[in-house]
This record gives sequence, C-alpha cells and structure tokens, in this order.
Amino acid sequence: MKRVYPREEVCMGCKLCEVACIVEHSLSKDIIKAYKEERPRTLSRARVEEEGPVSFSIMCRHCIDPECLEACITGALYRVNGDGPVLVDPRRCVGCWMCVMACPYGSIELDSRNGRRVISKCDLCPDRRMPACVDACPNRALFYEER
Amino acid sequence: MRYLIIGNSAAAIGAVESIRPRDREGEITILSKEPYYAYSRPLITEYIADVFRDEDLTYRGPDFYRENRIQVHLGIKARAVNPKNRVVLTEDGTEHPYDRLLIATGGTPIVPPIKGLDKEGVFTCTTWDDSKAIKALLPRVKRAVVVGGGLIGVKAAEGLYEAGVHVTIVELLPHIMGRILDAEGAYIFEAYLKGKGLGIITGETVVEALGNGRVEGVRLASGDTLPCDFLIIAVGVRPNVEEVVEGSGIRVNQGILVDRHMRTSVPDVYAAGDVAEGDEMLVREKRVIALWPVAYRQGKIAGLNMAGEDREYEGGFPQNTVSVLGLTTITIGFTEPPEPNGYKVLMRRGPGENDYKKLIFKGDVLEGAILVNSIDRAGILTGLIRARTEIGSNKERLLDTRLGLTALPRAWRKEKLTQPV
Amino acid sequence: MALGDRWSNPFCNFIVDRDQDRCIQCQVCVNQCPYEANFYRALDDTVVSDHALCTGCHRCKALCPTSCITIRLNPSEFRPHAVWTERDIKNAYLQAETGSIILTGIGCDRDYPIYFDHILLDACQVTNPSIDPLREPMELRTYLGRKPEAVEFEFRDGKPRLKTQLYPQLTLEVPVMFSAMSYGAVNLNFCEGLSRVATEAGTYWNTGEGGLHPDLYQYGKHTIVQVASGRFGVNKDYLDVAAAIEIKIGQGAKPGIGGHLPGEKVTAEVSRTRMIPVGSDALSPAPQHDIYSIEDLRLLIYALKEATEYTKPVSVKIAAVHNSAAIASGIVRAGADIVAIDGLRGATGAAPAMIRDHVGIPIELALASVDQRLRDEGIRHQASIVAAGGFRNSADVVKAIALGADAVYIGTAAMVAVGCTLCQKCYTGKCPWGITTNEPSLAKRLNPDIAAERLYNLLRGWALEIKDFMGAMGINAIESLRGNRERLRGLHLTDRELNILGIKHAGE
Ligand SMILES: Cc1cc2nc3c(=O)[nH]c(=O)nc-3n(C[C@H](O)[C@H](O)[C@H](O)COP(=O)(O)OP(=O)(O)OC[C@H]3O[C@@H](n4cnc5c(N)ncnc54)[C@H](O)[C@@H]3O)c2cc1C
Ligand code: SF4
Ligand code: SF4
Ligand code: SF4
Repeated sequence: MKRVYPREEVCMGCKLCEVACIVEHSLSKDIIKAYKEERPRTLSRARVEEEGPVSFSIMCRHCIDPECLEACITGALYRVNGDGPVLVDPRRCVGCWMCVMACPYGSIELDSRNGRRVISKCDLCPDRRMPACVDACPNRALFYEER
Repeated sequence: MRYLIIGNSAAAIGAVESIRPRDREGEITILSKEPYYAYSRPLITEYIADVFRDEDLTYRGPDFYRENRIQVHLGIKARAVNPKNRVVLTEDGTEHPYDRLLIATGGTPIVPPIKGLDKEGVFTCTTWDDSKAIKALLPRVKRAVVVGGGLIGVKAAEGLYEAGVHVTIVELLPHIMGRILDAEGAYIFEAYLKGKGLGIITGETVVEALGNGRVEGVRLASGDTLPCDFLIIAVGVRPNVEEVVEGSGIRVNQGILVDRHMRTSVPDVYAAGDVAEGDEMLVREKRVIALWPVAYRQGKIAGLNMAGEDREYEGGFPQNTVSVLGLTTITIGFTEPPEPNGYKVLMRRGPGENDYKKLIFKGDVLEGAILVNSIDRAGILTGLIRARTEIGSNKERLLDTRLGLTALPRAWRKEKLTQPV
Repeated sequence: MALGDRWSNPFCNFIVDRDQDRCIQCQVCVNQCPYEANFYRALDDTVVSDHALCTGCHRCKALCPTSCITIRLNPSEFRPHAVWTERDIKNAYLQAETGSIILTGIGCDRDYPIYFDHILLDACQVTNPSIDPLREPMELRTYLGRKPEAVEFEFRDGKPRLKTQLYPQLTLEVPVMFSAMSYGAVNLNFCEGLSRVATEAGTYWNTGEGGLHPDLYQYGKHTIVQVASGRFGVNKDYLDVAAAIEIKIGQGAKPGIGGHLPGEKVTAEVSRTRMIPVGSDALSPAPQHDIYSIEDLRLLIYALKEATEYTKPVSVKIAAVHNSAAIASGIVRAGADIVAIDGLRGATGAAPAMIRDHVGIPIELALASVDQRLRDEGIRHQASIVAAGGFRNSADVVKAIALGADAVYIGTAAMVAVGCTLCQKCYTGKCPWGITTNEPSLAKRLNPDIAAERLYNLLRGWALEIKDFMGAMGINAIESLRGNRERLRGLHLTDRELNILGIKHAGE
C-alpha cells in the first residue's frame, strides 16, 4: 500500500504539512475557519520534529503489524480491508490511551479538550488523491508512494 | 481445517484475526462461558458508574462473527480437553472436535483466605457480570472497601467512586499499584486519589468480613474495623487452568506452558493470553503476563501458527496504561532495576505537579519506563524496549518532556521511516 | 533596543504588513525567517514582526499559507534631497555606527545603463525567409576552445579525413553555462543542482574557487574547475576530473579585490573540499601572487596544460575593466583557449558595496571591445569569448552572442531560478532560500532535486526562445550569429556608445 515517507535531508521545518493536515481534517476545510472559528481546533496528525538542523514530519506508518491496533481495547482502531490504512473510529474510542503506549512512532494524538477523551491519527486523507501534507510540502520532503 | 477456540476475549480475537485472512475456508468455532460477544474487560469497572455503557464495552460485535464465519457458542462452559480424541467437552455434554485448539480461557480472580466471605455484598470484579451485579446493588450502597490496591482494585474503586460510593482501598504492600509503579509513582497516585477523597490504607489487610448475612464492615489485621456495605476482593487474577486443562496432560506451571510458537506440550493445542505462561522478554523466563495487548499478541501468534505460518513470539513484557480519576500513568517493562548492578536509572519530576518520568537502562538498552501524567508518545519507549534499540549517548534526551524521534540514532530513522515497517 | 544603539534601524527599509484577520498564527513565517524578524507573542496569541530586521527576502510571504503577508517598502521617506539619496544617508548612519566597510551580496543594483535594453534584434521580412524552429533543425551547439588557423584534409582509401590536429574543445548543447559560484559561498545542494543540470543539458558548471566536493566528481565531464589566487582545493585529481580549467584573475562584482570566506562558513565538508583547516578563514589574495605579467600568466596556463597533458582547454577569467580589450589580447597571446569576461553587474556572495557598485564596466561594452580587438589583431579564432555578469533572459544571451560572445555564464539567473529574491544578504551566510548558506538548517531548504528541475527548465525555456530569435533572424546555427552585429540596432544611444558596441542605430 502507499504510505507517506518523510525525507529528513530536505525537510526545512516549515510545518506547512501540519497546517494542511489541520485544514483537511477540519469541518469546513477552510483554512481561516479551521483556525479561527472551529473550536476546539482540529489536531494535526502529522508532527514536525525538530532538533537543531534535523527536522522531519512524522505521522502514522500504517504498520504491517500495527501495535496500536493490538493494544486497542475497544476495537476503535481497525484496518481497512486487511492491508489498508489503519484508522480510528472516534465514536468507539474511549480515550484509554492504550494505543499511545503501544505506537512505536508516537503517532497517536491525544485529545481531551472536548470533555471527552479521544485520539486522532493519520488517515491518509480519504477524501483526497494525495494526502494533504504531501501536497502542501514546499520542499518535497514527503513522499506518498508504494515502497 | 477445524479451529476450536476456548475463550472469547483478547487472545481469542487475536487468533481469529490472524487465522481468517490466511484460511478463508477453515471452520472456526468459539466456546465462551460468558454470554457475551467479545467485550472490553478493562472497561467493566467504569461500567459500574455508567461512564461507559454497553456499546462502549463491545469489542467485537455480531458483525465480526458473521463476517469471519465464526460459529460462536456463548454462555457455554468447556470442561475438559481430550487430546487423544481431539475433542473438547462442554458442560452440556457436547463434544467439539478440533484439528487445532487454542485455549484462551483467561484468568480467575484470586480470593484470599478472609473469613466470612460468604456474605451478601461481597464481590470479585473481573467480568461484565460482576460489574452488572455490583451495579444492581448500588442504590443500597454507601460505603465500600476494596481489598487490593493493584490495577483491578484501583479501577474498581474508581468505578464505585464515580458512582458516588465512599471507597476505601486496603492494600497489604506499602503502596498501592505496587506492581505497576515504583514508590515515587505510587506516591503521586496516592496523594492524588486521597485528594479526590478516596480512602487508602496501606500495609494492611482485611482478615474478616463482618456482618450478619450482609457485609456491614471489615476487620483489619491490626484489629481495627471499617464499616462498609460492600466488599470487593481484588487481589489479582491467576490463570484459569483448572476448568479445562486438568487431566488433559497439558503441562502447567502457573499458567499453561507455551513455547515461542504458543504451542502447549500437547500437539496441536495452543494457549494464549492470561491463561498462558510464555516468554517474558526482559527477565528471559516464562511468565504469566495478564495484560490485554500481550493477550492479543499471543493470540495472534498462536493463530498464525495454527493457520500454518511459522511465526515466533518475541516475548512479552509488562505494559500498562492506567487512568484513575483523570490521572494517567504508562509503565513499560521494569519499574525498578531487577538487580543493583549494570543498570542506570534516569528520573525527572515535573514540570507539571504530577509529572514524573523514569527510565531504566541496562547498558545502552532501555528496559523500563514510567510516565506519570505526561504520557504523550510513550509508545516510542515501548518500541525501543521491544526492539532492544541501542540508544547510545542519547539516553538523557529520552527523558525530555517533548519525547521525539530526533532523540533516536539517525540510523534508526533511516531504517524505520524509509520503508514499510 | 535603544535608538542610540542602532541609529539606522528606525529607518528600516521594509514593513512586514500582516493582515491579522487572515493570520492563523501557524508561525510558518516565524520559523522561516533566518533574521528572526517575525515572532510569536504568546501573551495575546499573535504573530508580529520587527520591521527593522526584515531584509526584504520575501521568504515569509512566499510560504504563508493564507497569503496574509505583504512586504512593503517603508513608505516613510527622508526629506527629499537631490544629492543625498536615502541610500547614502543610511550608509553613512551604518558606518558611523560600525566603522567598517559596508558589505553586500549579489551584483551591482545601481541604475547604470543596461545596454542590452538599448539594443534591438533584427528579424527577416520578405527578402530573406525566417525559419520555423518547430519544423526545421536549429543548431544551438557550439564549441569553446582554440580553433585551428586552417583545416586540412587528406584522402585515404578514397575517403576524406581531417589532417589538422584540433585543439581540445568544450561542447555546449546550449550556449549558456553556470558561472563560477564556489562551494562555501553557495552550498553543496546548489552545486549538486548545477552539476546535474549541466550534465543533463549538455553544458558546464564552474566550481568557482572553492574546490570540487568528492560527491560531485561524477559530474566532472561537465565541470569547469577554477584555479584562483587562494588555490583552494586544487590538486591533481581536481584538474584531471574536469572538462576545462579556469584561471580566475578577477570577477565583475569586485574587480581587483580578493575573497574572504569567514571561518564560520568553513564547515568540515567545506574544509575537506577547500583543503584548509575547519574554521579557518579562507582568504583569496587580490592578485594571483605568481602572476604579475602576461608572461607569468603564460607560465601558469602552460603549467596547467602540461599537468593535464594538453587534453583540456584553459580559460582565463577577468573582470570587465577599462582596458579589458588589451588585457584580453594578452591573455589570448599567453595561450588561453577561452577568455571569460565578467561585467559590472556580475554577482558575488560577498563584496564591499562601494567596490561592487563603482568598479568595472558593463559587460556589453567590454564584450564588444574585446571581440573587436581580437578580430582586429587576427587572433579571435585562438580563443573563445565567454561573457558574464548580468544576463537576465534569453534576449540578453542572443544579443551578447551577436556582440561577439561564444557563450555566456549565468549566476544570478540560476540563483533566481531556485528562489533567490535578490535581497543581497548573501554575505550574512543566512540565505533564507538555502542558496548562499552552509548552515545545515538553511541549506536543506534547497532540495537538489527541485533545484535541478528548475535550473533545467530555465535552460530549456531559454533554449527554446533562443531558437525563436534565430528563426526570426533566418539563422539556423548559433555559431552564425556570433559577432553578427549587423543584426543589432541601438536605441537611445550616443554615437560613441554605438561606435564601441559596433552597431548601427535603429532606423539605419
Ligand atoms: C477489571 C479489569 C481491568 C483490566 N484493565 C486492564 C488494563 O487497563 N490494561 C490491560 O492491559 N489489561 C487489563 N486487564 C487485563 C485484561 O483484561 C486481560 O489481560 C485480558 O482480558 C486477557 O484476555 P484473554 O483473552 O487472555 O482472557 P480473558 O479476557 O480473561 O477472557 C477469557 C475468556 O475465556 C472464556 N472462558 C474462560 N473459561 C472458559 C471455559 N471454561 N469455557 C469457555 N469459555 C471460557 C471467558 O468467557 C472469556 O471469554 C484488566 C482486567 C480486569 C479484570
Ligand atoms: S498508529 Fe503507530 S502503531 Fe498504529 S499503525 Fe500507525 S504507526 Fe503503527
Ligand atoms: S485511546 Fe481509543 S483508539 Fe486508542 S486504544 Fe484506547 S480506545 Fe483504542
Ligand atoms: S511541509 Fe515539508 S518541509 Fe515543511 S515541515 Fe512539513 S515535511 Fe518539512
């Protein structure tokens, strides 16, 4: 399956991938509304990690053997068609954070802002041909491809 | 191929989900003594207070069984395994034949020798039925005593507390959550829970349930008494081996002994989950690790091997995520160095009031971690422990509040982030 | 900061205008500005700017996802003064404060006449046909190097064979090469982009005086290596791997001035390539200390030819100065196969602003006079002429060739292709576009893959346009245009200027 792969050699830490992710997963998909009106603001599923000159964007690897899914006690995490993306059904998530403990890439975002605990994670942008972060990256530091 | 699975929880589902994609034709049969589709055992305590409801507890609903063409017998107890005839006998007298058998019967609560436990109002708390029974009595209850301050005890206390009951935990060890946390972490939890109004008595135990027909109080080892109208026994679970394994010739230590393929001593019989005693990765011995992710993983490995693949279990280790009344801890692997020499411990308190982080290294390899309150991205540490990644000089940086992959060697990132993993 | 500390600051050049209604506080502008002009104020969750720190590079504007930033010239003006311009006043303030030379980057930005903009090209109408470049072959290939006096043939086995021994040549599929930009002044990503594209497009890039990084040896066949006054990175392998060698006497942005790469920019990689210790200043002396005459130059040219067994052309690069023509003649007589002339508008990574802006002459005039002089002396065929310094588009290239150049070097245009906005702050080593910087966090802003694509596209676009110009003029080989000044006409030029350029006025 196609996955998003970062290339840290050319990631410049601009975080536009995070902006794009937030907008894509907002209600309105409008950048101004997503940031200025929608509350709580959508979380980015991509995280730009930075330390000195090193930076890269990291989101769910959609693992071959997803540890998160094995740890999930409610079945909120599931895999599409056996080998598709690993997704979360937010209605079934109870915010137990078992997946947070399990994911070796730290790719689960916790959200307890709405008075309810729930996670969000990369879903590879089901409404798009190309994930929003990959499209938004000005320096081709993200690749969406079969490897 | 006929696959028979005794049990219908994490381990069983792990097995089904690895068998079915590999064997579309084989018959899969599940026997479960509990009358429910697979549900989330860790959530039963908060079911008491309606924090979680029926739909939240559903782990795999009816669709799952239909889509995977599983013959599921709910509310039926298996009583014996007959490896010679390759059948499992259930309490209704039926014989269920198998080509491959998985025993995933989980654990049973340990009940310590306390006098007077036959009274009304005394419960264990490990099944949905337990919490339903507890819930049914709630309107008549004001005070509860929970014996045992481990994971289940604390969770049960939380459930009751949320339901408006006054709860006191009685723990024999110097601290609650002693098997999950170190003293420092436990101290944070104790202070936090006491602050919420939960009663905690440590270094004590209940020797007798008092009352006439119904519990009215408990007597402690010190001789003191505590009034209560509810007594929860939560001192732990042990592998549920007697019910089906006895007399079958399957080798048992504490749990059913399994090899790296999750095979028992008897051909074509596998075991997984809380009932099994498999490899522990860190102590390098066989251990029972009664935890959900371990149960699922073991079930999955068993299933893969049952379906004809050759997959070894890399061994499990403790990994807990516990949230009680809003305070969360994640602990992975050792919480204290198992021996004084050869280990390095790094610790940090703060910046938040309840923030605590501790890392235990053996040489260059992480073998244990405790995170209290700030738990973001804890799985990175789990991954390092599992993969036995050589951390090198970056140990201190794993202690960082903003734990990230930049703290890992570049070679790690090259390997993990540039190809499917 | 107090007014007294930075007297020039209140009179900042730019205003970072942020439409707060559209600003989403994503802080992309904050993390992208290497001068820290933008910052986040947690107090009221607002992104604000310190206008005084803005260099007008436009990086933030380019990346802002809501396009809420406008970089404006500070509209606040000094009291008008015909003599004392704003630039003069600000420079005086700056020097009063620092007591040092004012540094700058890129090329001269003063509005001296650009002769290219006063030269117009010809096209065919009726009497001779124009050519459609889409239908008919157009030859852009050209060769650089010394040409023989005459060509002799002999017949062997009834077939004609070339008897004359030819001199080594560079083959250009497009008459545009990348100018010398040294590794150190620019970074490896940019060098990689240049070298890959030179190889792909069939042209050449020039190492400048910074040596050749081992990773780029693979592009040696399309590399011109420089031997400059500092001799950085010059060794046997360096000379051997190259397609041609260029002796650098001077450069258009700072004629007569040496170079200074500050020690901070001498990273481990730069040190390896330049063959100097990490962190040591790389000083290029103003002159080549072994060249004090044409005879000395001849020694070096032949030393290099000898070292490479006469297999590759040797070029000599000079800045366009008052007597370029005579100097060029000497260079050719000294044995150079190529003369490269870099005009007043040639760019640099760092130069004293006064030198950059006030020393040298425009390339058009230098080129015309050099070409004319070599023709007059009958030695034009002994060397090719490469013109450099201020080529902005394909029309400039075509005009230069008609004025007498064999090919041109582009530097600024290549930088602009990969993002440069001519903020002229190259000398700070903090290029926001990741070009003239070796700070790892900034250098990675230039993805060599993207750089290569964009540079290639630029060359491709220019090549197509050059063919269009040629077609219009009814010329099907670029070499027939060389020195063909009859196809040029001047506009708004004095007789003297026309005379030097060797062209007629429009209407003649
Ligand atoms: C209150 C509570 C809270 C917990 N919280 C956590 C937590 O936060 N994190 C964590 O990792 N773990 C937690 N655990 C542990 C976790 O629930 C177990 O590790 C996990 O459920 C083990 O799964 P299993 O498949 O091995 O067996 P179990 O879940 O124990 O299930 C056993 C299955 O076998 C069936 N069965 C048993 N005997 C028979 C028989 N004779 N015949 C037929 N069927 C039979 C049962 O009906 C059941 O379906 C908690 C446990 C409890 C009780
Ligand atoms: S969330 Fe983590 S564990 Fe789960 S699939 Fe993604 S990367 Fe893997
Ligand atoms: S937090 Fe949600 S998705 Fe993660 S394990 Fe818990 S229920 Fe599953
Ligand atoms: S958008 Fe691209 S360059 Fe910017 S932070 Fe994300 S991955 Fe890096």
